Amino acid sequence: MVQLTAEEQALRDGREGPAAALALRIVAEAARMLGAERLVPIESAHIDGCLYHGDSGTLFAERLVAGDGRVRVPTTLNVGALDLLHPERARLEAHQAAMARRMMDAYMDLGCRPTWTCAPYQAGHRPAPGTHVAWGESNAVAFCNSVLGARSERYGDYLDICAALAGRAPDTGLHRDENRRATLLIDTGGLDPRLMAEDAFYPVLGAWLGATAGATIAAIDGLPAGLSDDRLKALCAAAATTGAVGLFHIIGTTPEAPDIATAFGGAPPAGTIRLTGAMLHAARDRLSTAEPARGAAIDAIAIGSPHLSVDEFWRLLRLLDGRRSRLPFYACTGRHTIDKLEEFGLMDEVKAANVTVVADTCVVVTPILPPGGGVLLTNSGKFAHYSRPNTGYDVVYGSLSDVVETAVAGRLVRDEALWR
Amino acid sequence: MSGSRVLAFPVARADVVQRGAAAGRALKIDTLSFWGGVDPATGRLSDPATAHHGEALAGRVLLVAEPRGSSSSSAVMLELLRTGRAPAAVVLGRIDAILGLGIVVAREMSWPTIPLYRLPADAQARIPDGAALRINADGVIRLA
Repeated sequence: MVQLTAEEQALRDGREGPAAALALRIVAEAARMLGAERLVPIESAHIDGCLYHGDSGTLFAERLVAGDGRVRVPTTLNVGALDLLHPERARLEAHQAAMARRMMDAYMDLGCRPTWTCAPYQAGHRPAPGTHVAWGESNAVAFCNSVLGARSERYGDYLDICAALAGRAPDTGLHRDENRRATLLIDTGGLDPRLMAEDAFYPVLGAWLGATAGATIAAIDGLPAGLSDDRLKALCAAAATTGAVGLFHIIGTTPEAPDIATAFGGAPPAGTIRLTGAMLHAARDRLSTAEPARGAAIDAIAIGSPHLSVDEFWRLLRLLDGRRSRLPFYACTGRHTIDKLEEFGLMDEVKAANVTVVADTCVVVTPILPPGGGVLLTNSGKFAHYSRPNTGYDVVYGSLSDVVETAVAGRLVRDEALWR
Repeated sequence: MSGSRVLAFPVARADVVQRGAAAGRALKIDTLSFWGGVDPATGRLSDPATAHHGEALAGRVLLVAEPRGSSSSSAVMLELLRTGRAPAAVVLGRIDAILGLGIVVAREMSWPTIPLYRLPADAQARIPDGAALRINADGVIRLA
């Protein structure tokens, strides 16, 4: 039985209009299904439900607009199905493109910020540790809980916007202390420090973690202090892709995990895994679906899942060092980064390198890659996972350096030394 | 044979999560994410790595031992309900808010809905794949 406060009952009874009432009914019904006893006030939301999967989602969003819906907390938007700067880029049928556009418009009409990014935490949306929020999009939820220390369950499409309109979420799952404690210890002490110094290590560690831990809450001990947001982003995204990971602790980084004892709530770990190079090597190999033979044909390159930061573009340009890609090369990002690239005068360099900047969306959620399929090279664990089912492209996983050298050579170049 | 219908012995009793009764042939899958696993445009299982790849969900009692909760699965469920391509009922080994939410939203939109039940994986194992099933409003599952 879900107990509603007087204010929540008033919302449900329509005091703030039909959309807020509908949203509160849906949040309360979700709470009932999950066994929550009450709702918890939230301070922000991030909406994944603005991606078009069919007309139903558009019609639902427009129902909320028609019911005078207005978000009650600051709310950012995940990617849509269109690059609004280049709408022709997504090869959608006219009806789908129009409905995807209507859906994006409806979410803006509800008062959401048109951030259109899967990395809202790099677009200024960073809730304080301990605050309750309702976030959708698996990588963002993992970053929100594991890096920022804010509290979100893994919200599905439409519950996210209902939580934003009601300003409430079910008081269950990762909102509650007892469900946030680690039970599985991951000891990285046996790994080569040179491996942990590489960007490419982090998506692979994430892919291994998600596949191994799933919904079990793990704590990783022994990672270097001061990890960049970009490395943490890659780690969270890959973990939340290969498993139902909403939270893991990084000892010394996660706000509620200054040390092992705190992360485990004083209890001993139920299990410990001492990570080896061989485990990671196998995880890296699982990210590729095509034979990564040197000199093999590559048909396209995609980076930017989650969306690239300015720092990541800067590293890309440094590695390119004035050279051009000979392959179709897509770099996915949001306006928060594009604005900075233009401000710093870097966008011309990116274009001169024959790199296509995709905004507001990405190449695994909407058809942008060249038709016909083939083999895609990526440095993203998330792209690697979703490429074949969503785009038909087989995939080879490599480092950003591999990506650049392959782009310039027009054939696969992959440095294996790191993983031996 | 007499004209009276003798009810078959119940094979399981599921928890009712979204109300209703249903009948249909069992379609059993160990693990499934609706997003990436079901084509929202056709209502067919779309992942070549999944058992029953290519089969339509419509009219079937879908049993999933371990649902994988990709957050867009609720969107796929809602689209199937709107277009009449949803299964007759869904039985999940574990409840997350995702698939059920698609059903809740469909009801708010006045589109057809389906019942949702929870039945742990070990109890699902007693139900043969492809068997004709009847599930009543109390969640009692019988071989039809």
